[in-house]
Amino acid sequence: MTSTSPLLQANGIRKAFPGVQALDGVSLSVGAGEVLALLGENGAGKSTLMKILAGVYTPDAGELLLDGQPIHLRGVADALARGIVLIHQELNLADNLSVTANLFLGNEDLRGGALGWLNRRRMNERARGLLQRVGLEVSPSQRVGDLPLGQRQMIEIARALSQKARVLIMDEPTSSLTQRETERLFAVIADLKRAGVAVAYISHRLMEVQQIADRVVVLRDGRNSGELARDEISHRRMVELMVGRDLKLFFRRTHAAEAAKPAAIEAPIRLELRNVCYIRGPQTPVSFAVRGGEIVGMAGLVGAGRTELSEALFGLRPLTSGEVRLDGQAVSIRSPRDAVAAGLLLAPEDRRQFGLVLEESVQHNLGLPNLDHNSRFRMVSLRREKGMAQRLCERLRVKTPRLSQPVGLLSGGNQQKVVLGKWLVRQPRVLILDEPTRGVDVGAKSEIYALMDELAATGIAIVMISSDLEEILGMSDRVLVLHEGSLAGELPRAALSEQAIMHLATGGEAT
Amino acid sequence: MTRLLGVLLMVGALYAVDMISFPTAFTTDNHQILARRLGYYGVLTLGVGALIVSGGIDLSIGSLVGLGAVAFGYLMSEKHWSPLPAAAVVVAGSVCVGLFHGLLVTRLRLQPFLVTLCGLFMYRGLARGLSLKTINLPHESVQPRAEWLREVLVSDKTLGFPHILWLLAGLTVLVAVVMHVSVYGRYWYAIGYNEQAARYAGIATDRHKIAAYVLCSTFAGIGGVLFLLEFRSATPSSAGELFELYAITGAVLGGCSLRGGEGTVLGMVLGAAVLPLLSQICNLSEHIGSELEYTVIGGALLMATISNELVTRFSLRRARA
Repeated sequence: MTSTSPLLQANGIRKAFPGVQALDGVSLSVGAGEVLALLGENGAGKSTLMKILAGVYTPDAGELLLDGQPIHLRGVADALARGIVLIHQELNLADNLSVTANLFLGNEDLRGGALGWLNRRRMNERARGLLQRVGLEVSPSQRVGDLPLGQRQMIEIARALSQKARVLIMDEPTSSLTQRETERLFAVIADLKRAGVAVAYISHRLMEVQQIADRVVVLRDGRNSGELARDEISHRRMVELMVGRDLKLFFRRTHAAEAAKPAAIEAPIRLELRNVCYIRGPQTPVSFAVRGGEIVGMAGLVGAGRTELSEALFGLRPLTSGEVRLDGQAVSIRSPRDAVAAGLLLAPEDRRQFGLVLEESVQHNLGLPNLDHNSRFRMVSLRREKGMAQRLCERLRVKTPRLSQPVGLLSGGNQQKVVLGKWLVRQPRVLILDEPTRGVDVGAKSEIYALMDELAATGIAIVMISSDLEEILGMSDRVLVLHEGSLAGELPRAALSEQAIMHLATGGEAT
Repeated sequence: MTRLLGVLLMVGALYAVDMISFPTAFTTDNHQILARRLGYYGVLTLGVGALIVSGGIDLSIGSLVGLGAVAFGYLMSEKHWSPLPAAAVVVAGSVCVGLFHGLLVTRLRLQPFLVTLCGLFMYRGLARGLSLKTINLPHESVQPRAEWLREVLVSDKTLGFPHILWLLAGLTVLVAVVMHVSVYGRYWYAIGYNEQAARYAGIATDRHKIAAYVLCSTFAGIGGVLFLLEFRSATPSSAGELFELYAITGAVLGGCSLRGGEGTVLGMVLGAAVLPLLSQICNLSEHIGSELEYTVIGGALLMATISNELVTRFSLRRARA
C-alpha cells in the first residue's frame, strides 16, 4: 500500500449550486489498493464530491491531483480516459438494449476501422467474462429492462470493470442489492484492491463500511468532519462525525409513548388499508392502519415498493382489490385530485419532477393546489395568495429573496419546505411524506422534523417513507417494513433498531 | 419581461424600416391592410399560443381554417343559410374538433403532434370533399346579410381602425384574462411547465388540456369564417394553407416556448404583427423580393430563437449569482 503517494487527491474543493454551498473546501485522497469509505448524511456533499472526481461537475475552486500531477477534467470522457470511473447512485442503463450492448455502450468492440462494424461475437464473449466476475448468471443477450433492480446494479458494476478503472468510485452501490449480491460485490472489491485499484465507496450502511473500508472520511455540511483509520472505525465514532450533535436534539419528536401520553394510542384511526392490492404491486394484499397524531415510518430497501404503495394511495395506481378508509369511511380515490379533495396528501420523493413547477415562483407553487381558496369567480386573488404565501414562508422559515423567486433556484431544503407548505392550508387528514429530507441540508432537516412533529400534534396521520435509517429511528412511533412490495413486518417503537429493520427489509422472518 | 421587450423592439424596428424605406407604405390605405392582416393572424396566434403555453401543439389550424371558410360559404351559397347560423355551425364544429383532439391526446395518450398532423390531412380533405371549386362570399343580391356581416366583423372602421382589429383586441382581452388572471391560466402554465407536478397538486390536468385544444380549434374556426369574409373567396385546396405555421411562428416570436409554460398574451399579439410587416417589406423591397419571403421569415424566427436562448442563459446565470 502506498499511503505516502495517493493515486487520486483532491484539495480544498469548493462547489456551489443555486442557493447552497454544496462543498466548502473539502480535501480527500485515495491510494492504490485502498478502499476509502466516504460517509456523511444526505446533503453533506458526498455525491457532489464524487461527481467532481469523475468529471461530471467542475469545481469552483480547489485542485485535483492524479499521480501527484494536477489535472483539469474536461468531462466524463476525460475522466474515463484517465481511468477514473464513477458508478452513479441512479442506474444509467439503456433498458431497451441487451446486457452486452449496455456493458460496452460507447466503448464498443469494432472491426473494419472507420466502417464501424460491431464485433458482436467478441463483445458477447467479453460480456460473459465480466458477468462471471460479478457473479451474475444472466445471458449477455438479455434485455436489461427485464432484469430485477439488483442485477441491473451489478451490470453497472460489471461495466465499470470493463473500463479498466484505476480509480473506481461507487455511490451507494449496495442500496438495491440483496445480501448475497452485496457479498459478491465485496469479493469483487477485494479483487480490485489486490489489483491495485483505488476504490472510493459511498454508503449509508455503517456495518458494510466497517467490513470493507481501510479508511473512512466523513463529510458534514460540505466540509471535512473527520477521518478514521482502519483500527479507529467504529459505528459510534462514525455516527458522531456524521451528525456532530446529539441525535436526541436533532430529531425533535415528542414521542407520545415517551411522554407517557397515551393519547395517540387511543386516537381514532385516520387511515386504514384493508387487503389492498394495486396494479403492478405485490401478490399479497397490504393492510395497516395509522392513527391521528402518529408518525409511521415506512422502511425498506430501494425497490421494495414503498413509493409504489404511496402512488396507489394517492390515486396514481389503480387499486385492484381491497379498500382504503379515511376516518372510518371507505373512500374511492382514482386520481390525485380525489386524494387531495379527500385530504390525503403526498409529498413525492422526486420533488423536482413531481412536487414542484421549478420555473414558477415560490408564490405560484404554494398557491397551485390552493387556488380554490384564493380566487373569486375563478379569478385569482393575488392579494390573498400573496398573504397565504407570506404566512407559509414565515411559518416554515423558507429562505427566499422574494416570493417571486423561481422555486428551482432555492436550495433543496427550502424546496422541500415549499412542497410541504402547499398542503398545510388544506387541513390534511393524512400526509404521506416520501423521503422528506432527501437532498436537504442539516439545518433545514431539523426544521422539517420539527414541522412533522408539530403537524402530528394537530392530529394528522403521517406516513413517512424513508431510506435514511437514522431518520426512521429518530422520528417514527411505529415502523412498517416492506420487502419486495409486501409488508414484511411491523415494529413498535420499543422494538426499533437498525438491525431489526434491516432484518425484515432483507427478507428475514418476522419474530 | 425581457421577451416582451424583445418582440416589442422587433416590431418597432420592422415598422420603422417599412415606413422609412417605402413611401408607399406610409399611407392610410397601407395601414388598413396591415391592420387587417394583423387582426386576422392575431386571432389564430392567440389560439395556438394559449395551447402552446399548456404544453400542446396544433398543426391542423390551417386546414381547419380552410374547412371552416369553405363550409361557411357552402352553407350560405349552396344551402341558402343565413350567415349568422352558418357561422355559428362552423364555430360549433370547430369546438368539436378541438374536443376530438383533446380527447385523443389525453385519454389515449397520443402525441399532440401526430394527432393534429392527421387533422391537417383530414380537414383539408373534407374541405375538398365539400366542394371542388372555389367558394365565394355570396353576392348581396343573393344573401344580403353576408356583406353586412363582412362589414361588421372585418372592414368597417371605428375610430379609424378596421373592425377585425377591434375583434382581435376583444379576443386578446378575453384570452389575457383567462391566461393571466383566472385560475385556468394558472393551471395551464403549470401544466405546460410540468404536467406531472400539476397532476400531483390535485389538478384535473386532462380536463384543462382538452380545454386548451378546444380554445385553439375554436379560434381556428373563427379564423375560417373571417377568411371568407376578408378575402371573399376560399379555394378548398389552398385556403389557409401554412397558416398553422404562421400562427406558431407568431406565438414563438412572441415569447412562447414549444416546451410549454412560457409566453404572454401581449407577446403573442406582437409576435403576430411580425409576419405581416416582414412580408410587406419583402414584397416592397427591390433587393429581397417576394420570392425570398419564406427565407426571411425563417431567418427572423431563427434569430429570435437564438437571441431568446442567449438572453435566458444570461438571466439565469445572473439569478444564480
